[in-house]
Order: sequence, then C-alpha cells, then structure tokens
Amino acid sequence: MGRTLLKRVGELAAVLLIVSFGTFMLVSLLPNDPAVVILGEGREPAEYEAVREELGLNDPLPVRYLDWLGSAVTGDLGETVVPPVTDVLDRVAAALPVSVELAVLGMGMALLFSIPLAMWSAYRAGGRVDRVISAGAFGVLSVPSFLAGLLIIMVFANQLGWFPRAQWVRLSESIGDNLYHAFLPALVIALAETALFTRILRNDLITTLQEDFILAAKAKGMSARHIMFSDALRPSSFSMITLLGISLGRLIGSTVIVEYLFALPGMGSLVIGAANTGDFTMVQGAVLVIAVIYVLTNLLIDLSYGVLDPRIRRAHV
Amino acid sequence: MSSSSAALQERSGAARETPVLVVDDLRTQIHTPHGDVQAVDGISFTLGRGETLGVVGESGSGKSVLGRTIMGLYTTGPTMTVTGRVLIAGKDVHALSASELRELWGGDVGMVFQDPMTALNPVKKVGVHLTESLRKRRGMNRPQAKARAAELLALVGIPEPRRRLDQYPHELSGGMRQRVVIAMALANEPALLIADEPTTALDVTVQRQILDLLARLQDELGMAIMLISHNLGVVAGRADRVAVMYAGRVVETADAAALFDAPHHPYTEALLEAIPRLHQPPHVRLAAIDGAPPNMVAPPVGCRFAPRCRYAQPDCTEAPPSLDPAMANGVVTPGHSFACYHPVNAGGQ
Repeated sequence: MGRTLLKRVGELAAVLLIVSFGTFMLVSLLPNDPAVVILGEGREPAEYEAVREELGLNDPLPVRYLDWLGSAVTGDLGETVVPPVTDVLDRVAAALPVSVELAVLGMGMALLFSIPLAMWSAYRAGGRVDRVISAGAFGVLSVPSFLAGLLIIMVFANQLGWFPRAQWVRLSESIGDNLYHAFLPALVIALAETALFTRILRNDLITTLQEDFILAAKAKGMSARHIMFSDALRPSSFSMITLLGISLGRLIGSTVIVEYLFALPGMGSLVIGAANTGDFTMVQGAVLVIAVIYVLTNLLIDLSYGVLDPRIRRAHV
Repeated sequence: MSSSSAALQERSGAARETPVLVVDDLRTQIHTPHGDVQAVDGISFTLGRGETLGVVGESGSGKSVLGRTIMGLYTTGPTMTVTGRVLIAGKDVHALSASELRELWGGDVGMVFQDPMTALNPVKKVGVHLTESLRKRRGMNRPQAKARAAELLALVGIPEPRRRLDQYPHELSGGMRQRVVIAMALANEPALLIADEPTTALDVTVQRQILDLLARLQDELGMAIMLISHNLGVVAGRADRVAVMYAGRVVETADAAALFDAPHHPYTEALLEAIPRLHQPPHVRLAAIDGAPPNMVAPPVGCRFAPRCRYAQPDCTEAPPSLDPAMANGVVTPGHSFACYHPVNAGGQ
C-alpha cells in the first residue's frame, strides 16, 4: 500500500506541474493587457511599461513561470491585479468553503437519493418502478440545470417560502442557518447527479445481482434487503464512486450557474469575475487551487477502491 | 453414499418416514425471447433421509434448473412458469410465502454451488459468510455465531478455522473455498443438501476430497443429498440412486449399481461409454456421443434423444416414450425405470 501511495503521489505531482503550466500559459491568452487593466486607458506608454516591469511581465516566460510556481508552492499566490488589491489566497479562502460545501452537500444528497432509487430499480429490473425511475432520470438529465434551478426557486422559495431565495450564511456563523441556506442550491446540484448515479448504479447492480454469490446468499435465507445492502451494493459501487470523484472535483469550479442563481460567493463566480476583468493573478491562483483539489479528490477515490475491494488492497501489498 | 450396513438399515427404516424430498410432476418453463423452453419437463421422484440421488446429464439437460426449482429459487414469475409440486420436509415449496421460503432456505435445505470462485462474495470475509445466516436466522449473538462458524469450518476439514474466519475468499484455494461454500450450506443443519456440480470447477485430486467430505457429512448429519453432475464418474459410488436427465426429462432412473451394471436407455449407455477408463489401451479414441442436445425451443417430437441414438427406429420419432418400470424375466425390477422403445441390456423383456 505504501509503495502504491508513493507512486500515486508522484503521478499527482507530475499532473499538477502540467496543470500549473497550462494555467500559467492560459493567462497570457487573456485579451487584456494587465498594465491597461491596472492603470486604465489613456496613460503614457512609459507608465504602462513601468507596471509591466514591476509585475515581471518583461522577464522571459520560463523565468516568470518558475517565479510564480516558486511562490505558489510556498502558498503565496500573489495579489490581485484589479483593485481593490488583496491577497489572491484570501479571496480563494473566502470563496472555496462555499463551493466545497455546495459540492459535498450536493453529492451527499445525490447519494442519498440515488442509492435507494437504483436498488429499487435493479431489484425488479424492467418492472414498472424501474421504468418510471429510468424515465424520470432521463427527464432530469435533459433539463438544463439553470431551468431546474429556476423551477426549484420558484416552488420552494417563492411559492412555498420554505427556503430563502438568495443569501449565504457562513458555516462559522451558524451551522443551522448555513444548512438552511445551502439546501436549495445543493438540491439543484444534486438533481442531475442523482439521475446520473441512479443510472450507473442500477446497471452495475443488475450485473451483480446475476452473480452466484447473490443466489448463494438467497439460498442461505437472507432477506432481499440484506442482500441488496450487504451483498450487492459494495461490489456494484465502483463506477459510481469513480463518477462521484470526477463530479466532486468538477463541481468545485463549475457551480457557476447555481452560484449565480442563488447569488452565492463561490469559486465559480470568483473565476468568472476575475476572467472578465482581466485579473490574471486571480485566475491563475483560483484555477491552480481547483486543480489541486480535483487531483486530491481523485487520489482519495483511487484509494477508496482498496477499501471497497479487498482483492485490490491485497494486490498492492 | 453411505456404505456400512448400519447405514443401510437406517435408510430402509427411514424410507417409511416422510421423505425429505418429494418431487411430483415438476415442470419449469423458461420464457426466452426465442420462445418458451421446457427446461424441466415432468419430473417426479422422492428422496429419503440419508439417501443420495445422483442427477446426471449433459450441459443444458435441465439438471441445474431442476435443482434451483426444487430449492424454490426459481418460481413462477415474468421469466418462467413452474407447475407441479415440491415437498421439502413436508412443506410445499412453491406454496410458501416469501418469509416462509427464507426460513426454509435457512433451515431445511442448503445448496452447494458449482463454482466456489463466484459463490462467495469477494468483498466479504469468510466469517461473515457463515455468521450472517446464523445471526439472522438462528438469532445467535456475535460471539456465538463466530464460535459456531469456526466449528463449521472445522467440520468441513479446514485447518486453523479461527484464522480463516478473518480471511477473504480470494485468500483461499479453490478446494478451501468449496469447503466454505459447503459449510455455508450446512450452517443450519439442513435435512436436504442440493449440490449442483460441486466438484466441476475443482482439480481432480480436490474433487475426490470434496466428494469424500460430502459422504462423511452425510453419515454424520444424516441429510439427504441431491448430487447434480454432468459426470457419471462423479456420481458412481457416491449415489444410492441415479436419475439420468436428457432435454428436461428423466430418461432412466435406477439404483446406482443396477444402472452401472445394465443401463437400459441408449443415452445412459452412451454416457457410461464416454467415461475415460485407465485400463483402456493407449491410442484408442475416447467414446463420444455424436451430435448436440436438441434446441429446447422446438424439441424433437417423440423421444428427444432419437436424433442422436444409434438404435433409433421409425417409431421413436412418433410419440415420446413414457418412463416405465424395467422388467427382468417378466418381473418388475424395483426402482428401475426407463423411457425407451428399444432398450439395451433388456434381454429378459
């Protein structure tokens, strides 16, 4: 296990290096000249030149990259270019918990919904319940999330008034209030993921249920519920867990629509805002953080296979 | 399976009790996209305490479906229709409710599966396989169930049972796994054990060990065994009686000795000839049965073996022969029946 972990970490470092370089290069594709962004239009060329010099933009690319990477490794992502000038890391630190919480809550809800639904579907595959759930899943998948979000806001916030429309209460302020405000946005995120997980898990469950060990468990007199939860779920969960990791990583940076709908100060809004204003240090820093989280999440997922399947654990010893 | 005379006496005494298993005109029709398949087509027999019935036939002859239908694992539903009756310890299997059926499975009947690689859940420890049914069905607490599980492993001849409880199936050899599967089936001391090709996936040397184990367990626990195999060699010397299945029907059934001595059905004869023997001279072609089992969506009219039978006559393809008692010198041979118009070894008829 130790050697596998070491190998994995090495791979991750390589991936992160590539991602960081990509991120860094990406910024040179931004249409705005950072000097113009900072000073505004209509200044003397010498003034722009001075800013460029100060930001180190005149250095050769490799030097700039290494400089940036060196600071990034020590946790210094620089300052924002666009005023008000603040530490990039502070801005990320403010936005990240919102996104992580939304993603984790959304995923949690999706699992909570999809596991029973998939089991119900797979238990009598092809039956009425299965067909209804499958149709529902496709229906949900085909609705764009902004539409689903609007509908959910309309029903639960505007009509029923059960949940607030658009506010964010930090977890540190009040856990109850925080969950109350996070519920609807998490639900919107959970919808599409639920549909996806249900489909994947259902199919894998159906395959597992054909196995002899299911028949053997039945022949021992175990109940259908016991067989479903204790025998079938774990061997069937690999595809779903993989998908979960990908979704979780992806959601951290791409809950923009939900953040926008609910006016939430998450990573998506942060990156989009920075890109629009040409705040290149902000974009670089935020994207790098997202990439690190993505890669770490997937490392955890990889390690979880060993927990789920003892044969994998054994193979790496 | 038991050979001692004491066991024989006990068996004849047991025959007067209620049989452990009564199968009466059992039919299993499987609905497939290509049409309905009569996988089990009117099979009847009884099995007493301590008795072993060998069920033999080629792949696709319906013997596994028969086993699973007897278990009640296959019941009438969207994919199949089951008619006829199965009584296990006097209980009508196909009339039981779902919870009664679970009680039956956890108690009166156990099943051993063909492939121990797939019959154990790869993500569960050996101990869990054994203790879960003891706890759920027997209401034992954790330490009780664990102690009993270790006993069961010792019973099936697994050394260091305590340590094995904490191992995963993939850490055990094939033979060990099959012993675990048998221990699982024995957990609640069933009156009937259905062993569906218990040795097919194992090495030849291990096959023998497993069959010896089943024989010993039968002597110790007095259960009835239904031993399903495609190999007459496996059944030889292990079964008290043998039923030969072909295309969903029993074509011949007799006491094992009588069947091996003088098979009456050409299919049985062909199966016996197909067993390779050590005393055969070298470089002799192994006997095989020409052709393949019939397409079961549209089986042949008349005798289903007729298209492959070397003794077939025109009347064989007209109507199916019924399973009638064998006669020797004008006297019915007890327990021996066959379904053939032109039997072999039937000089006395």
